[in-house]
Amino acid sequence: MAHHDDDTHPGIDRRHALECMLWAGTGVLWTLSAGVPVSRLIGSAEAAESGFSFLQISDSHVGFDKAANPDARATLVAAIDKVNAMPVKPAFMIHTGDITHLSKPREFDDAAQAIGQARLDVHYVPGEHDIIDEDNGKAYLERYGKGTKGAGWYSFDQAGVHFIGLVNVVDLKAGGMGNLGDAQLAWLADDLRGKSASTPIVVFAHIPLWTVAEEWGWGTQDSARALALLARFGSVTVLNGHIHQLMQKVEGHVTFHTARSTAFPQPAPGTAPSPGPKVVPAGELRKLLGVTDVVYRAGQEKLAITDTALAG
Amino acid sequence: MTIDNIRGVRRRDVMMCLALGFAVVVAAPAKADTVIVKIDNFTFAPAVLTVKSGTTVKFENHDDIPHSVVDAAGKFRSKALDTDDSFSLTVAVAGEINYFCGLHPHMKGKIVVTP
Repeated sequence: MAHHDDDTHPGIDRRHALECMLWAGTGVLWTLSAGVPVSRLIGSAEAAESGFSFLQISDSHVGFDKAANPDARATLVAAIDKVNAMPVKPAFMIHTGDITHLSKPREFDDAAQAIGQARLDVHYVPGEHDIIDEDNGKAYLERYGKGTKGAGWYSFDQAGVHFIGLVNVVDLKAGGMGNLGDAQLAWLADDLRGKSASTPIVVFAHIPLWTVAEEWGWGTQDSARALALLARFGSVTVLNGHIHQLMQKVEGHVTFHTARSTAFPQPAPGTAPSPGPKVVPAGELRKLLGVTDVVYRAGQEKLAITDTALAG
Repeated sequence: MTIDNIRGVRRRDVMMCLALGFAVVVAAPAKADTVIVKIDNFTFAPAVLTVKSGTTVKFENHDDIPHSVVDAAGKFRSKALDTDDSFSLTVAVAGEINYFCGLHPHMKGKIVVTP
């Protein structure tokens, strides 16, 4: 498995970016080596060389049964099977939201059952699909809100790395995008206070914390305020979902990455009239599965992507 | 145009009238009109709707993704509408109602209510 980080293999060229966007279906394995996050899509047989690894899955949309994927539960199960086939067990998993499609108890139950097969601790943040029960998010908080603040935000530490789960799908404003809100930003400032600038930070939230496509609401209205609080840290990795395709961006010390969905792909901005589920021909969905390495190295702003299909 | 075609059109018109009549009975037993706002491709259509006071506005979601209808002024909020679900609202007071989708707030629409 080659990690292309030299000048002859620029990190995100158009062709690779498009290949990434065509891919749908499993999770992203994150490895921290010497405080530097490295990700590869699961399915890669490589074990973590040092440090620890964790896994990101996103947008499982359990309950979705439309043309783009008639059985989103089955593809989540397939993704978890990939996790279980990994040679080295990740330390834990994060789920960056849209666990369910419609916040129904049965959907939460099915998702929990499928994800539970990985036998890993899972740290969740909600997507907008997880808070559309009658009580606007009570169902999510009853299941996943223990030890969290507000609408479900929290932080924890793992082997010297500080993880922050943010909620940007609540109290959205007309015409706007994702929203963190004053209360959560005040908590974040407090959470980071006193932390050494050399502490590696991993932030995860559902909607991207950078503006991918404003016309589709793919961004977070007040993310600049969160990023200002993170500016003094030397290594910040921001992991999101929501857009059902891979995108990466590096800005200063901050690396932004969005994960694929385990349920269905969505179109790239500018390629469709709306961000609705992208229907691919029957049998194509899993042919589009593949492995992708994303490598970050300290002091280098370029990220390297190597993308390989699993089948077809 | 053949006779069959004309019949087809008539039958459809009859069906539409029946559907409309049913909606009026359910949403507003008084003799109000019902106007449809379609949600398709993450847009409300028509984006600006002008109706008379007392009209019932019915929002129908035709997307594969749930949407909701939320008053920007905070006076009403529909539940999440799954595919083919609808939400009806009878507008009583003349003025403007600005609304958006609570899940995808870039989706906006306006109802202009005339006396």
